[in-house]
Amino acid sequence: MIRTTLSPSPDDLPVPKLEELERGSSLWKDAWRRLRQNRLALIALALFTVIAIVCVLGPFMTPYGYEEQRLAYGAQGPTWEHWMGTDALGRDQLTRIMHGGRISLSVGFMATAVSLVIGVLYGATSAYIGGRTDAVMMRFVDILYAMPFTIFVILLTVIFGRSLYLIFIAIGAVEWLTMARIVRGQVLTLKQQEFIEAAVSLGYSNGRIILRHLIPNVVGPIIVYATLTVPAVMLLEAVLSFLGLGVQPPMASWGVLINEGKDAMTVYPWLLFFPALFFSLTLFSLNFLGDGLRDALDPKSSKD
Amino acid sequence: MSDGAVRSPFLALEDVKTHFPVTQGFLFRRRTGAVKAVDGVSLAIQRGEVLGLVGESGCGKSTLSRTIMQLLRASGGSIRLEGRDLCAVSMKQIRRERINFQMIFQDPYASLNPRMTVYDTIKEAIRTRHPHVGGRAMIRRVSSLMDKVGLAPKLMRKYPHEFSGGQRQRIAIARALAPEPKLILADEPVSALDVSIQSQILNLLAKLTRELGLTMLFISHDLGVVKYISHRIAVMYLGRIVEIGSPREIMEKPLHPYTQALVSAIPFPDPRLERTRRRMVLEGDPPSPMDPPGGCPFHPRCPFAEAACAREVPALKEYLPDRPAACIRIPEIHPGIGSRE
Repeated sequence: MIRTTLSPSPDDLPVPKLEELERGSSLWKDAWRRLRQNRLALIALALFTVIAIVCVLGPFMTPYGYEEQRLAYGAQGPTWEHWMGTDALGRDQLTRIMHGGRISLSVGFMATAVSLVIGVLYGATSAYIGGRTDAVMMRFVDILYAMPFTIFVILLTVIFGRSLYLIFIAIGAVEWLTMARIVRGQVLTLKQQEFIEAAVSLGYSNGRIILRHLIPNVVGPIIVYATLTVPAVMLLEAVLSFLGLGVQPPMASWGVLINEGKDAMTVYPWLLFFPALFFSLTLFSLNFLGDGLRDALDPKSSKD
Repeated sequence: MSDGAVRSPFLALEDVKTHFPVTQGFLFRRRTGAVKAVDGVSLAIQRGEVLGLVGESGCGKSTLSRTIMQLLRASGGSIRLEGRDLCAVSMKQIRRERINFQMIFQDPYASLNPRMTVYDTIKEAIRTRHPHVGGRAMIRRVSSLMDKVGLAPKLMRKYPHEFSGGQRQRIAIARALAPEPKLILADEPVSALDVSIQSQILNLLAKLTRELGLTMLFISHDLGVVKYISHRIAVMYLGRIVEIGSPREIMEKPLHPYTQALVSAIPFPDPRLERTRRRMVLEGDPPSPMDPPGGCPFHPRCPFAEAACAREVPALKEYLPDRPAACIRIPEIHPGIGSRE
C-alpha cells in the first residue's frame, strides 16, 4: 500500500527542543547589525533622539511659558536666565524653540504617516491589480503631480480655514504621490518573484499574500523613504509658515521662528541662529539616518 | 496507452492550449496576435508515475506546468485530475483544491520568502491541509518534513539566505510536500544548481516519489537529467508534444528527428567514446511561437523535411506500441517501423 500521507505517527520522531534550535538571523537583524557599524548614522540617530526628547520633555522643565510675554526683558541675548535669549516680546527663546520643535516634529511625522498610509495602499493596490486599472490609477497620480502645491494649500486654507490638522493633511496629500510610485514599483517587481507564485499555488488568500508575503518585503524601501520624507515635510511646513499659511502666533514652529528671526537678523542674531541650528541639526540627522537605513536594509545599493 | 480503457489516468491533458494575446495601444488595446506557448498538448500520467518533459527553452514547458497548476488558465482543452476537469472549475474552488497539486520552482533563490524562517514557510504550507495543528505538534511535523528532505531540523529557525542553493531547494521541496499533494510539478528543479548538487536533489526527488507514491511531472531542458528520474519521457517542441517513450527507448531509439538531435547532444562521460560521438547539429533557432511555421513546427530545421511536412501539422501516432511520435517521415527515417497511411 502506498503511503500518501506525510503525517508522522506522534511518537516516532524526537521533537527538537527550543534551546537546541539554531537561531537564524533575520534580514532585520542583519540590517540592524550593519546600521550599528555605520558611525555617522548612529550619531544621527542619537542626535535626533536627544533633540526629540528635549522638545517633548523640555517645556515641562522650563519656568517660562511659550506665550508668556515679559516686555521688560525684551530681546535679550543669551543669559543664565534665558539660555538662548528672549525675543522682542520678552518670551524665552529656548521654550519657544522646544514648543516649535513639538509642532515641527509632529507635522513631520503626522504628515509622513498620512502619506505612508495613502501611498502604500494606493501603490500596492495599483500594482497588485495591474493592467488597465494600474494605468488609470497611475495617470491620476501624474495629474496630481502636475498641480502646483502652494496653490493647492492656499485653496485648502480658503475652504477649510487654518488649522494644524489641515497642514498634516495638505502636506500628506502631496507627499503620498512619490510613496505610491515607490511602493508600486516594488510590488511590481515582487509580483514576478517565484515565492509569490508559490504562495498562490499553495492557495493562500489574497489578503494573506499581501500581508505576509508582499508587504514584509517592501517595508525596507518604505522605511527609508519615510525617514527621508520627514525632513522634507518639515521643510514644506516651514515654507507654508513663511508664507503665513502655517502655524499661527502665539504658537510657533521652527519655520515660524526662523521667519521671525530673519526679520530681526541684524539686531538680534540669536533669534535666527538658535532655531536655525535646531532645525538644520534635525534635518541633517534625519537625512543621515535615512541614508544609513538605506545602506543597512539594501546592502547591494551601497557603494562599499 | 493500452490499458487506458481499464484505468483512467491520474492526470489527463486533452488538447491543452495556452495562448497569450499580443496587444497594442494604451487604454484601448487591440489584439494584434497571439503567442501560442502551448498549442494542443495531450498527455496522460498514471498514478505514481514520473513523467519527464524535455524541450529547449521557450518551447512552452514552463507555461504548460503553470497551466496545469492553474496559475495560468488554459485557452482551450481540458486538464483532468482524477477525472475532474480543472479548467471548468472556478478560481475560488481551485484555491481550495490547490493542496492536491504542488509545484517546485526552478530558482531556489527566488522561490522562498526571504522574510520567513524555514519553520514559518513550512508551517504555513502545512496549515493549508491541517489548519488547527499548532504548538509542539506543528514543530514535530515541520521536523519530520525537514528530516525527510535531508535538512537538520535544528535549522528550522533560520532564514533562506543562510542556506546554500541545494539546501534552499530542499526547503522548497519540503514546502511543496507539506500540503500532502498527490501531484508534484517540478519545473526545472535542478537547473539552477551546481552539477554536484543536482544529483543529490534528483536522488531525493526519486526517493520521495517512490516512498510517498507521488505522481510527478518533471520538467527540464536537459535530457540527461530527465532520463535519470523519469518512468516515461515526453519531448516538447514549440508548444507541442513530438514524442513519448520510456527513457531507454528514447535514448536508444529516438523516433522523431528532434529527439534524435537532443539525444545526440548528450556528451558521453568517457572521453574516448566522446570523440567518436556523432552529433546531429540543428541549424537555426527555434521559430517564434508568435509566428510558428505552417505544417510541422519542426520542418524548417529538420534534416529529413520534405514538401509534405510544410502542409499539415502531424498528429501524435503510435508507430511502435506505447511510442507515439508526431512525424510523417518516420517510416522512411526508420525502415521497418510503422507504415505511412
